[in-house]
Amino acid sequence: MQPTHASRRILLPVRNWFIVLTLFLALVLNLVPFGRFPGIPDWVALVLAFWCVHQPLKVGMAAGFVLGLAMDVADASVMGQHALAYVLLAFAAAGWSRRVLWFPLSQQALHVLPMFLGMQLVMLVTRMVSGGEFPGVLWFLSSFTATLLWHPVTYVLLMPQFRPEDKDVHRPI
Amino acid sequence: MSVVGHAPPPFFKRGPAPLVRLAFFVTLSLVLLVADLRFHTLEWARLAVATAAWPLQRLTGMPIDAAGDFGAYLSRQTSLLRENEELRRRQLGTANLLLRQEHLEQENKRMRALLDMRTRQPVEGRIAEILYAARDPFSRRVVIDKGSQHGIAAGQAVVDDIGVIGQVTRVFPLTSEVLLLTDKDQAIPVAVQRNGLRAVLAGAGSGTMELRFLAANAEVQVGDILVTSGLDGVYLPGLPVARVARIDRDSSHSFARITCVPLAGVERHGLALVLGSRTELPPRPDEAPAMLDQPSRGKRVKQKIR
Repeated sequence: MQPTHASRRILLPVRNWFIVLTLFLALVLNLVPFGRFPGIPDWVALVLAFWCVHQPLKVGMAAGFVLGLAMDVADASVMGQHALAYVLLAFAAAGWSRRVLWFPLSQQALHVLPMFLGMQLVMLVTRMVSGGEFPGVLWFLSSFTATLLWHPVTYVLLMPQFRPEDKDVHRPI
Repeated sequence: MSVVGHAPPPFFKRGPAPLVRLAFFVTLSLVLLVADLRFHTLEWARLAVATAAWPLQRLTGMPIDAAGDFGAYLSRQTSLLRENEELRRRQLGTANLLLRQEHLEQENKRMRALLDMRTRQPVEGRIAEILYAARDPFSRRVVIDKGSQHGIAAGQAVVDDIGVIGQVTRVFPLTSEVLLLTDKDQAIPVAVQRNGLRAVLAGAGSGTMELRFLAANAEVQVGDILVTSGLDGVYLPGLPVARVARIDRDSSHSFARITCVPLAGVERHGLALVLGSRTELPPRPDEAPAMLDQPSRGKRVKQKIR
């Protein structure tokens, strides 16, 4: 029943508009002004990593770059900061996709955690070099929140691809 | 292996190798970073995208606003009554000053005319609401709900009812960004209210500020109030800015380490007043003539008072 390579379940092909829609919704969620409240996950990074793992041929570094630029404008941060981090995230996620998908969901999340942490580290280094202020250790909490969300997000984003299970004893497949 | 006249089937065409693509996008990002950080050339792109995304941004802010409104709706009547009482009492307390202000201003103008000094610029301002703190965790910025359509321009000072909050740094048509005093990039020329000692106050991160480049034996005490000196031509002189919280006089360094906390509610949200731009200061004298004829004593005193 699990949406991994190891599961017996066959998924429907993904629809392109659904990928675009989910990435856009993640961008909208990121625009919600929570201020400096710690532990709010980076929704764009989460959804981007998900699609890079599941559809590495459709979503990749170009999508990461464009989304990163959008986030840079929305966040009022330096142009290129999110773009650089998301491009590296997309590269890592797409490169690991064939390995990650063989694991059950909890272990998939453990694979994704270092990607998120690395992404935040890249942003931190970029901004500290340019004279920014250290945002505090609690800022890294958002990576862990995103990791915890990997399980539910997988089910939500794969939902349109599940086909109804009609058991036919005469034709088992 | 390709045969003459036959292209290989397109199944395996996946474009450039991932590492090549990574190098391309990373280079592009780094170019953007340098272009924005060093040369500030991308403001027009930011302006265009931010203007297009403004309705969306307001839409996403609605749940947060609604939560705040709901909390205000549930506030008890007793607390409202108490607040009303408090405000009435404060108004009575300040009425005395307000009633005499007109008289004092007239008197001040006459005195200044007698002393042949420049008249002080009258303060004008525009009330704005702080919408939210910008999400960027590496800087201290807030977004206010007035923009270039309301006559806001970059460089204007922003104050609240106690003191200076910061300065408008980016202006969009309907909103603008205010860089708070506690940001590491923000510096403001101040004077110690008690003795008029001038210094530069810079943000130090984590909600504090630092009084820079003051000698270890400078006459500053814990609890001193710092006000704007007005030497920069941006802030009007005399606005309260910060209170000195801690002084480390380490004799191994030539400068004292003076930590200050802002007086105004810099990290709180609410209403703020965007002050109008100051009139231009007189142009600076050229270096060479200034060296030749030293100003007389009287002139220097005048400059200090202004």
